[in-house]
Amino acid sequence: MHTALAEPGTDAEVEEVLRGEDPAIARVLAQVEDVRPAQLEAQRQIIRTLESSTPAANTVIGLTGPPGAGKSSLAGALIRHWLDAGHPDSAAGVGMVAVDPSSRRSGGALLGDRARLRFESGERVFVRSMASREQLGGLAPATRAAVTVLRAAFPRTLVETVGVGQSEVDVETVADSVVIVLQPGSGDTLQFMKAGLLEIPDVLVVHKWDLGEIAERTRSDLLALLPLLTTPGDAHWDPPVIGVSSQSGEGVSELAEALASHRDWLERSGELARRRRRARTEWILELFSRRYGTRGIESLGGSESARKLAASSPGTALDGFSDLASRAGLESAPK
Amino acid sequence: MADRPWIFRTYSGHSTAQASNRLYRSNLEKGQTGLSIAFDLPTQTGYDPDHPLAAGEVGRVGVPVSTIDDMEQLLEAIPLDRMNTSMTINATAAWLLALYLAVAERRGVDSESLRGTTQNDIFKEYLSRGTYIFPPDASLRLTTDIIEYTVDQVPNWNPINICSYHLQEVGATPVQEVAFGLANAISVLDASQVPAEKMPTVFGRISFFCNSGIRFIEETCKMRAFTRMWDRLGRERYNVEDPKLRRFRYGVQVNSLGLTESQPENNVPRIVLEALGVSLSKDARTRSLQLPAWNEALGLPRPWDQQWSLRIQQILAFETDLLEYPDIFEGSRVIEEKTREIEEAAWDEIRRIEEQGGAIAAIKSGYMKRALVESNARRLEQIESGERVVVGLNRFVESDPSPLVGGEAAGVLAVDRQAAELQLERLRAFRSKRNDDEVQTALTALRDALQNGNNVMPPSIRCAHAGVTTGEWSDALRDAFGEYRAPTGVDAPVKLRGDGPINEIRERVTAVSAQLGRRLKALVGKPGLDGHSSGAEQIAIFARDAGMEVVYQGIRLTPEEIVRSARQEGVHLIGLSILSGAHRALVPEVLRQVEVPVVVGGIIPDEDAAWLKERGVAAVYTPKDYDLYRIVGDMVEIAARAHGVG
Repeated sequence: MHTALAEPGTDAEVEEVLRGEDPAIARVLAQVEDVRPAQLEAQRQIIRTLESSTPAANTVIGLTGPPGAGKSSLAGALIRHWLDAGHPDSAAGVGMVAVDPSSRRSGGALLGDRARLRFESGERVFVRSMASREQLGGLAPATRAAVTVLRAAFPRTLVETVGVGQSEVDVETVADSVVIVLQPGSGDTLQFMKAGLLEIPDVLVVHKWDLGEIAERTRSDLLALLPLLTTPGDAHWDPPVIGVSSQSGEGVSELAEALASHRDWLERSGELARRRRRARTEWILELFSRRYGTRGIESLGGSESARKLAASSPGTALDGFSDLASRAGLESAPK
Repeated sequence: MADRPWIFRTYSGHSTAQASNRLYRSNLEKGQTGLSIAFDLPTQTGYDPDHPLAAGEVGRVGVPVSTIDDMEQLLEAIPLDRMNTSMTINATAAWLLALYLAVAERRGVDSESLRGTTQNDIFKEYLSRGTYIFPPDASLRLTTDIIEYTVDQVPNWNPINICSYHLQEVGATPVQEVAFGLANAISVLDASQVPAEKMPTVFGRISFFCNSGIRFIEETCKMRAFTRMWDRLGRERYNVEDPKLRRFRYGVQVNSLGLTESQPENNVPRIVLEALGVSLSKDARTRSLQLPAWNEALGLPRPWDQQWSLRIQQILAFETDLLEYPDIFEGSRVIEEKTREIEEAAWDEIRRIEEQGGAIAAIKSGYMKRALVESNARRLEQIESGERVVVGLNRFVESDPSPLVGGEAAGVLAVDRQAAELQLERLRAFRSKRNDDEVQTALTALRDALQNGNNVMPPSIRCAHAGVTTGEWSDALRDAFGEYRAPTGVDAPVKLRGDGPINEIRERVTAVSAQLGRRLKALVGKPGLDGHSSGAEQIAIFARDAGMEVVYQGIRLTPEEIVRSARQEGVHLIGLSILSGAHRALVPEVLRQVEVPVVVGGIIPDEDAAWLKERGVAAVYTPKDYDLYRIVGDMVEIAARAHGVG
């Protein structure tokens, strides 16, 4: 354990975050999760500094799928793979944000993913559990900020969210690559895809591969379905369907390889930059509408116009948020 | 003709093999007729006493058995060919049975004369007791290995004791107890690889371990339902023709869940009535009985406390006329109706489980665990609201000072703090004198059997003779099977009542969260090896219902893991639950390294509670704090104060 703690918000603290040190990351996360408006300026500072110092290769992977598909176990297996002594980045560690739904009635939440994850004391893994709170779309309000912090600290950050149908929508706007985790025999999800209710993810995992025949059948169903739903083109990515067993470890390295080549493809095709821009825009709009509601969006000329303004605003998402607020004449508006 | 009395047992074992052996011999002298061995948690979860996770747990809730020498000492001067020995052992059952058989071999006792039971029921470990190690499929293989081995080699041994007992302890209704218990038995029988002509023998060797609660009329009907359903399963599903082999053979420990810490003397009449629930009906009478001690909710019972429970059994069997009659419920319409009601509901539930693919699937998916967590939340809510009366706890609480508790004696056994040291020394001495080559050869043979799918018993017995330790045997299996984390059930969609104290607490949580800048967040987890998680689960669920964000970390955690999680999660408060009595060893380790308040729940004597508070624990909760809303409300205020908000 280190002795002298860096002052919050200082360069020293940012250094510690970039080195992946637990206490500093925890402090910064608490800071960016704080919803009190007085915190905004400090948050803007820290996000700006972190974004500008984040290594370009660092990446965010979204993991989503229906309840019971075993997302936490899969996350555990993937992390274990990246931490394996043989892996080139094993010393650099992994970050993870696990999002669970909040109870609409009480506002409380049970964040149970940790009970499924187990790491050795020397292993560098940082896991933050978050509640989705009242947010639709499956992401906690502070998830984007938390992901920004962890992405600065680790080469890989996993974002795990529950849900199929609409909740995975947001994970697409925070992650560079999206993995959907399905359990064998999950016909519902196939129906969602066919009906166009579900965006086609970048990688599909048929989990619990050790179940044998039923798992293989689910995989062949998916393989038959995918060509009908995707349009081939130059800048085209064919989503692989991978059978994985977290229990036996089968398929885990294949999944890791698929993620690595997807990441290459993102970069080559220019898709990465597009996705990051989209993530930034969504973040701005989310901050703005949470603070100023539909009336605020209307004062920017409606949602299309707000989206354009958000996309063309300068700086980080928090800068963009302030830019939109001042355009709408709402800068000093009460909460 | 009068019925023979059941076997009288007392679940016991503590400190060291030597101390436990003394206790067993004195219990047998007092008229106990069988042994019931309680192992400590490191032995149950496959660790040697020098493993970091064993800290504070060695010799605490049972006896440590690390080697064949320990087993030999534990059974010293006890005639194995005339003893009926029940071992509460599950994940490591094959190993403890191997040690037992190896000791018998050393003494030249014929294995056909050995009688007893290995609990060997891993299902309820995933659902309730928490001493599982391996994934369900691997565990099932170990279970069936023991069955297949003993049916041939130790024919009078009960290789498995399917436990519905522990399901009631975590809140199961009578229907759930019957249905889940039988569904588990079906999975085991279906997985057993025995030739069809041997199936009746195997079926006849399956025994059960049930619970008996205070509603003793309903419990009588539950046992009658169990008996009839088992008979029908044997007849219809497994083609067992001999009615004797279809007898539902079961042992009982009566309910501990309903025993109170406040006015503990009231537990004596409770225990008596619960014993009636499993002895009144001759057709569904228990084969062996264990009664808890009246002061179990306070700490570890003394020999005198156990003697009192034994005397209750002896009065019931020898003073009363209970055993002189045929079944006294024959012809009772009321009992018949209630029995049928339980039976039908249980068949429905079994069908639902079968539709999901059987008990293993229903455990892996969390279906069973969620159902139990939900029942338990309901039960606690009923106690809190007074709908369920518990005398001396939520009604008739006034009491004169009790001469039985308080004062210097504190009414419980003080654990010998040197026992763990002694055990460690014994183990070191044992390791230094054994033949390492033999150990390695035996372990290699074990690994080969694991890999090739051969029965694990013969190489395990060889390991026992060679001087392999509990930790080494378990590590070999961990390497082969991996370790498992079972579903926690805390994601059950429990709907608690929307009225009462909860609204006030929710408002406080909202107000405190607003001042903190983010929602009040707590970590709940269980350090040490104790797997009894239902208290921690219920605190997590009630705190969630009060509006807190609760990181539930589950069981078998080192203090270091808890500290690390608390820091990464940025929680405002930590709640620890420890029922094994290891709180003095585990809690200070956490306190030393965190800045947020820590509250502790468990079986914690007053003296220890004071000790913990001196070291900085913000609050200690024990079984007499039954109102979970009050605890959660308290946690909110503790967190608020610690973080300087009003």
